[in-house]
Amino acid sequence: MKKYIGQQVRKLLTAFLLVPALASAADGHSIALQGGGNQAAMPCVACHGEGLRGNPELVAPRIAGLPEDYIAKQLRDFNAGSRHNEQMQAVARALTQDEIAAVAKDFSVLPKVNVLADMPLRPAPDTAAWLDMRGAWERNIPPCTSCHGSNGMGIGNAFPPLAGQSAAYLKAQLHAFKNAAKNEKPNRKKQMAAATKRLNDPNGLMRHIAASLTDAEIKMLAEYFSAWAVSDEPIAPNRVFLK
Amino acid sequence: MNPFIKKLIVILLLSGAGNVLAATSSNLNDQSQLAKAPSTKDQVYFKPPAEATLPNNAFGELVRRGEAYFVNTKALAPQYVGNELNCVNCHLDRGRMANSAPLWAAYSMYPAYRKKNNKVNTFAERMQGCFKFSMNGVVPAADSEVLVALTAYSYWLSSGVPIAREQPGRGYAEPAQPAGGYNVENGKKVFESRCVTCHGADGAGQKVGASYVFPPLWGKDSFNWGAGMHRINTAAGFIKHSMPLGEGNSLSDKEAWDVAAYVNMHERPQDPRLINGDIEQTRKKFHAEDGVNLYGVIVNGVLIGQGTK
Repeated sequence: MKKYIGQQVRKLLTAFLLVPALASAADGHSIALQGGGNQAAMPCVACHGEGLRGNPELVAPRIAGLPEDYIAKQLRDFNAGSRHNEQMQAVARALTQDEIAAVAKDFSVLPKVNVLADMPLRPAPDTAAWLDMRGAWERNIPPCTSCHGSNGMGIGNAFPPLAGQSAAYLKAQLHAFKNAAKNEKPNRKKQMAAATKRLNDPNGLMRHIAASLTDAEIKMLAEYFSAWAVSDEPIAPNRVFLK
Repeated sequence: MNPFIKKLIVILLLSGAGNVLAATSSNLNDQSQLAKAPSTKDQVYFKPPAEATLPNNAFGELVRRGEAYFVNTKALAPQYVGNELNCVNCHLDRGRMANSAPLWAAYSMYPAYRKKNNKVNTFAERMQGCFKFSMNGVVPAADSEVLVALTAYSYWLSSGVPIAREQPGRGYAEPAQPAGGYNVENGKKVFESRCVTCHGADGAGQKVGASYVFPPLWGKDSFNWGAGMHRINTAAGFIKHSMPLGEGNSLSDKEAWDVAAYVNMHERPQDPRLINGDIEQTRKKFHAEDGVNLYGVIVNGVLIGQGTK
């Protein structure tokens, strides 16, 4: 794994240095490429990939174009422990507050995801598209679109884009929310560590929903959102999304 | 009211027989505001037909068009919508959800007299009221494509509901006003801790592209001062059962009232029935007996109901 990451770093550093806009950019970009002041804060591109578009093999999400406040909050939450992930908690703890502010600002202005195709208007029951557009109100599960927007493009600072993320990452997050919602007390310490938890959703909105999703639905939803072809083209301000 | 009957009603309500009472004495006299709803705990509600059962014929097509108008009102019927709302914003789950003014509990109760316009309203006229006030828009003609399609959708969702029999889950099942009234300062606190994530600190909602994901709660893009939702009691009912989305019934009755009052003390488009530009006259005629509302009331030295530009 270490060797793999090393190779990726070299590959990505090369790729990044060839992009003048990023290579010449401010602090956040240099942290992405070279890491933070503290060596434990590894270069972000090592895991999050070229252009910070994510790396499914490492279950590392796309960070490019995520909302500034969202990125900063995740780093603070990793630091505080309300979002679990061994590697990211180590990185977040090694970053200064200024560095967190800089990466959040600089990564948020990278291209955002856009889904150019329109959504299907008639989802079939018992599919991920149905959950996305209709929800399962008998279990208090609202449609995903009602908070993450049409096409999973995300909205505001609190509801991140789902489009543009890998199935592996989305699945891991839904399970982490679900694990946190269960509030289980495992018998052995080892099990506790294995159950990655995420408790940093505003008002527990996502934990509440994930708790009611079956494992099969989680898998289905993760694959559904990751399958959308995404583009870096900006979202047209006059674009109308039908529900 | 006869004191004996009054006492009897209290006893019936306390004994849990309120549902029977509400179901049998359907209020056909005035449907501007619905009677206070009984407890919703363990209540069984009507289940509208599943989407998949809709036939693939001309009728099914009209129903689908109605549903499309219902959820994309602004995008598909912009000529009638003067704000950024869609029907589905207040009638959750596409008009199917109990205690969120479901269409299946409304359709079968019309024609009905409404004090609001002092006449017997057809279902189409009732929906015209929605466009005039809740959508702050232009009233579509009763035989317009949009109202015909919305009627078809409502009719289909009501398949199997008996005519003129009040259904449990109708309207917003408003919780009683808390003892000691409501408190807008506490409402502000509730709003800031539970509502701003979606609706924003300025209540303006949030959108992607041109389409709103979280509806504006006040301001120029929200419902106007004549809409039923401007009543604190009505908004409290909606909030109590359905907000935050997916976490309905997590607020106490008092929190629901407080936050409803906070939302409804903010300015929104003027009541289209404004009389001679006079808020006080309009308040006396249309708001004084319309539930609990702040139109024309001075709060913290400011006259509420001036409308937005």
